[in-house]
Amino acid sequence: MSSSHAQTNGALPHEPEKATLEGRNKVLAFWLFLGGEAVLFGTLFATFLALRNQTNEGPTANELFQLPMTAAMTLILLVSSLTSVFAVQAMHRHKVAALRVWLMVTVLLGLCFLGGEIYEFYEYVHAEKFGMTTSAFSSAFYTLVGFHGAHVAFGVLWISILIGQLYKKNLTVVTAPKVYVSAMYWHFIDVVWVFIFTVVYLLGKVG
Amino acid sequence: MDWLTTVDHKKIAILYLLAGGLFFGIGGIEAVLIRLQLIKPMNDFVSAQTFNELITMHGTTMIFLGVMPVIFALMNAVIPLQIGARDVAFPFLNSLGFWTFLFGGLLLNLSWIMGGAPDAGWTAYTPLSSTTYSPNHGVDFYTVGLQIAGLGTLIGGINFLATIITMRAPGMSFMRMPMFTWTSFITSAMILFAFPAVTVGLVLLSFDRILGANFFEVAGGGSPVLWQHIFWIFGHPEVYILILPAFGVISEVIPTFSRKRLFGYSSMVFATILIAFLGFMVWAHHMFTTGLGPVANALFSIATMLIAVPTGIKIFNWLFTMWGGQIRFTSPNLFAIGFIPTFVMGGVTGVMLASAPADYQFHDTYFVVAHFHYVIVGALVSGLLSGLHYWWPKMFGRMLNETLGKLSFWFFIIGFHMTFFVQHFLGLMGMQRRVFTYLPNQQFDTLNLVSTIGAILMGTGVLIFLINAFVTAAKPKGVADDPWEDGRTLEWTIPSPPPEYNFKQIPLVRGIDALWKEKMAGNKSMTPAEPLGPIHMPSPTILPFVMSVGIFIAGLGFMFSKEQFSNSFMSFIFNNWIVVIIGLVITFGSMLLRSLYDDHGWHIEVEELEEEGVKA
Ligand code: HEM
Ligand SMILES: [Cu+2]
Repeated sequence: MSSSHAQTNGALPHEPEKATLEGRNKVLAFWLFLGGEAVLFGTLFATFLALRNQTNEGPTANELFQLPMTAAMTLILLVSSLTSVFAVQAMHRHKVAALRVWLMVTVLLGLCFLGGEIYEFYEYVHAEKFGMTTSAFSSAFYTLVGFHGAHVAFGVLWISILIGQLYKKNLTVVTAPKVYVSAMYWHFIDVVWVFIFTVVYLLGKVG
Repeated sequence: MDWLTTVDHKKIAILYLLAGGLFFGIGGIEAVLIRLQLIKPMNDFVSAQTFNELITMHGTTMIFLGVMPVIFALMNAVIPLQIGARDVAFPFLNSLGFWTFLFGGLLLNLSWIMGGAPDAGWTAYTPLSSTTYSPNHGVDFYTVGLQIAGLGTLIGGINFLATIITMRAPGMSFMRMPMFTWTSFITSAMILFAFPAVTVGLVLLSFDRILGANFFEVAGGGSPVLWQHIFWIFGHPEVYILILPAFGVISEVIPTFSRKRLFGYSSMVFATILIAFLGFMVWAHHMFTTGLGPVANALFSIATMLIAVPTGIKIFNWLFTMWGGQIRFTSPNLFAIGFIPTFVMGGVTGVMLASAPADYQFHDTYFVVAHFHYVIVGALVSGLLSGLHYWWPKMFGRMLNETLGKLSFWFFIIGFHMTFFVQHFLGLMGMQRRVFTYLPNQQFDTLNLVSTIGAILMGTGVLIFLINAFVTAAKPKGVADDPWEDGRTLEWTIPSPPPEYNFKQIPLVRGIDALWKEKMAGNKSMTPAEPLGPIHMPSPTILPFVMSVGIFIAGLGFMFSKEQFSNSFMSFIFNNWIVVIIGLVITFGSMLLRSLYDDHGWHIEVEELEEEGVKA
């Protein structure tokens, strides 16, 4: 291992994610990547808005959505964003154990959200006969919400691996940017969900 | 093996060039076949179906797999050198971007041998591209192949953005950056904001085709016009993604061979930014005849015409740079000078097309074909050939043969104008694009013959360039650091080809055209910005290659997930998504490996650097 990378815990700066050029590059590139992701979701939202009334005699948004359920899911995801903030704060205080715990809580909440989503989709497909092929509305709904769900699933997997990494390698200037960036990702997913909740669910109920 | 694992941006540049050359060759053969079919009326050289496949694959291949990688080759070869960096920000991602691009391109071209290439035009307009009108797998190859290749482009774009933002040598402020780096920077930003849109479009289209979704199926409530919006909101920026790096090349070559500073540097920078910005506002000029209504048409028409303003600024700046300069007509400079009038002609027809009422006449005729070939072939390919001739000695350490270079220029430019100038008139006389033949005695006959002969001349020009490259490869290496002798920017301060660490010591930049500045001050070399020290290098890795193979397998699995194979085992593994899962496991497994085993790279020690210094 080369000397420039092997930093001991004691010598770790306050913001270890920005201590090296690689770390700063990672954070910057991730901001850029999120810009691209914003366009991606923007296009999906535009598609959804264009097609949301094309129900092709299938179920409509108003008939399908159960707001209490989605509101609960929204709450879960918002809280998970908060716990990931706690994780980053723990990292800045170099408290590795607390960092791991907060990441685990975040992952757990993410899993709860995913469970809710899977249950929701399952109900729609089986009880309401609302599948991918039902209408343009259904295609747009499953694609937009499903894309978000896939992002959540990816985040859960990613952060889990990071937790493992933290056990193996501890907090270093190499692992810190990864933690920081994954938290950025998680907030982004959360923000997207807030839009989904508004545009898909609330607007579907009232609009 | 070395080439499969390399993360060196200079080697990746060569890989991009080879891959681009390969696809360019395929696209070129398709072009010649198209022109042979159209050489005379009522020709039956190829069938209508084959013709559709040829034009679709020609357009798709050239835009996504031909010029795009050559641009990336130049960007990889030049940007880190021009900004005084030892590498790109993410060498691993750089290699990953290349391999996903290559495997996406290969997947798309597999369609030729796996039963039916895409046949719905390079724009894949629905419902032509729906399973109703394109029942074989052609369009699936298009959606999946382009998806994978697009991933590589996006990765490359982010990498260049980060590189340029964080890795410039001390003293190189944004307003001292060479123009090629500037235009590449803006191009990368455009890639970042345009490609995700087409990513979504391709996903939606493949969901329609493979999962039976209804995005573009009118019967299910979908909308074909939605496809056009999504395609062009990516597609128009894409044409500027292509041309801006060519602008950059011209802005490097012309000052070098005029021995003058680029006229109006800062206006060039702002013109570039303005073009990029407007580029996102004008997509619907491709849809005037779709029926968006007079208000939308008027707005998009005006917005489109506005682009001519920054573009005009650029043209005048190039002319003023040459004005009073000591011009040398080297082969790169010939291509650069040839670029200017050709591009102006393409721009003028662009403004004509931008007038919505006139476009009702021009749309879907050969006039449009002439317009975009003037900009994409006459200008862009000229620009790339100029750049290749210019940086060839830096990339390979050998000078291309000047006589062959000039010969190839003359064949290319004469052939080009013969091929496409007449197509303006064919269009005005009413010859439609995308039809596989035409009736005799409509006055189309002679002009089509001229056009085909021109295409053959132009192809000869490209062949001469290839011969030149091969002949040159046989020569020994060892050209000087600054082989054109009038080099102005940092890449000409280091050996040709550069050592793998580029700069032994990062240079200190004291102005625009850093090297020229030192030359004028009477200095032989750049002042270093740091003491000689060990250099950290990333280690080579096979993972990007393996990850791309995984994506390739998953893509094939997805495409054929509904296929009934005669072999029941094949049906089993495809229809149950097993192939997709295997592919994804390979990809994600490599990602896991990458994240679990940190790669600390290695160091080149000071003694080694000093030894090489003695040798050079
Ligand atoms: C002053 C600049 C330009 C203007 C005003 C302009 C305008 C237009 C318009 C209005 C069309 C639509 C014509 C129709 O389909 O009826 C068009 C088509 C096209 N332009 Fe341009 N253009 C300009 C520059 C460029 C550049 C720089 C490129 C490429 C590097 C380009 C590539 C294309 C392509 C590929 C098409 C045809 C797309 C298709 O239908 O297949 N244009 N242009
Ligand atoms: Cu356009």
